[in-house]
Amino acid sequence: MTRDEITTGLAEILEEVAGVNPDDVAEGKSFTDDLDVDSLSMVEVVVAAEEKFGVKIPDNEVQNLKTVGDAVSYIAAQS
Amino acid sequence: MSRPDVVVTGLGATTPLGGDVASTWDAMLAGRSGVSALTQEWAEQLPVRIAAQLAVEPSEVLDRVRLRRLDRSEAIAIIAAQQAWADAGLAGSDLDGERLAVSVGSGIGGATTLLAQDDILEASGPRRVSPHTIPMLMPNGPAAWVGLELGAKAGVHAVASACATGAEAIALGLDIIRSGRADVVVAGGTEAVIHPLPIAGFSSMRAMSTRNDEPQRASRPWDRGRDGFVLGEGAGILVLERAEHAAARGARVYARLAGAGITSDAYDIVQPHAEGEGAIRAIAKAIADADVAKQDIVHVNAHATSTPVGDMLEIGGLHKALGDHPVLSATKSMTGHLLGAAGALESIATILAIRDSVVPPTINLDDPEPGLTLDVAAHKARHMEIPAALNNAFGFGGHNVALVFARP
Repeated sequence: MTRDEITTGLAEILEEVAGVNPDDVAEGKSFTDDLDVDSLSMVEVVVAAEEKFGVKIPDNEVQNLKTVGDAVSYIAAQS
Repeated sequence: MSRPDVVVTGLGATTPLGGDVASTWDAMLAGRSGVSALTQEWAEQLPVRIAAQLAVEPSEVLDRVRLRRLDRSEAIAIIAAQQAWADAGLAGSDLDGERLAVSVGSGIGGATTLLAQDDILEASGPRRVSPHTIPMLMPNGPAAWVGLELGAKAGVHAVASACATGAEAIALGLDIIRSGRADVVVAGGTEAVIHPLPIAGFSSMRAMSTRNDEPQRASRPWDRGRDGFVLGEGAGILVLERAEHAAARGARVYARLAGAGITSDAYDIVQPHAEGEGAIRAIAKAIADADVAKQDIVHVNAHATSTPVGDMLEIGGLHKALGDHPVLSATKSMTGHLLGAAGALESIATILAIRDSVVPPTINLDDPEPGLTLDVAAHKARHMEIPAALNNAFGFGGHNVALVFARP
């Protein structure tokens, strides 16, 4: 899976869970500051991402995933 | 210091008869039933396959992402509160949040969320359970969401007294304003538990009508053919306001919330007291608290749920506490029983009856009980002057609440 494909997949999840416009999702964007994803919605995003990409994202990793790019890198390394 | 008057300045509702107060009231005056057959697959095996479902789905009002985080009872409380707030002329106002409180309760709470998430837990494991589960099922959820929506900082309160909840929440609002803790209280009730488990539970109590072939004729308070209540869903919200505060901002006033009476039976967990003793005391307390002459209370919106025992006990209680002059309505004949929202929706009907000088009809009263010795506006609305009116609400647990509304 390419980084672009993972970003697109995350954008689909973010739209479903938090109503984020897919056009706003890019690697440099912060989940909380730029995309307005609150902590409970972030939990939903992580669980949905695990399912979609077939990876495990432990809770202690989630705090390191500040930006979409961080999540893309983590998922790319796992899958 | 004299006790402040409390008035009603805003109304909001979403009900089986309409998505707002105006459409609900129009349907009530026309004697329409909001009851229909449950066509969902899950209803097929239930002994009860009728209910009064919302006329307007919350998804037509609130956006999809917001609804993912709300129990249905919370969503409709927010919708009704938004309506009441705008109706009171408070949308976009600079009202001090520290003078605004919320008192909104539910009879059962977020049961459908609990059951849906339990299905997920069983099927997919704990990690799949939504992180929104707790704020969706907590019983204070509707009050808290309404408080967030409107910026209430003087306290948000969640009364729980089963089918008396909506009325008791309004009574608490009256207390809050009288005690000086707030100038405005957004008060009412909400309920959305049309789901097989609550239906099976009430059904096992033999409390519900099984007139599955005639949904619109199933809710028939005081009729000899009645066989139980019909479950309804919806929310009703009132804006209560210190009268001087309302006058100072030039607010339109629907009615005065003149008084409230609350008692408990200490008799049985679900059976009403055999002589309606607690109900009589609640009505008497409300009348005394209201300082309104009994003869001016010419209309009662009764609790009358269409159950064999409760309906007639209330008649006896009204006779003893109020006399033989009031004209009654059982609007549950049209809306079904909204449980924790019933007392709020019926307060709205009581207030509009005063405003429009009209007693709403009681439909399906084809063969009145011989013991129905009080006058009922059967089948058709009746126009008459209403200086003051009473709303009763009783709940499992032995809760009795009576509210007196009067012309401003």
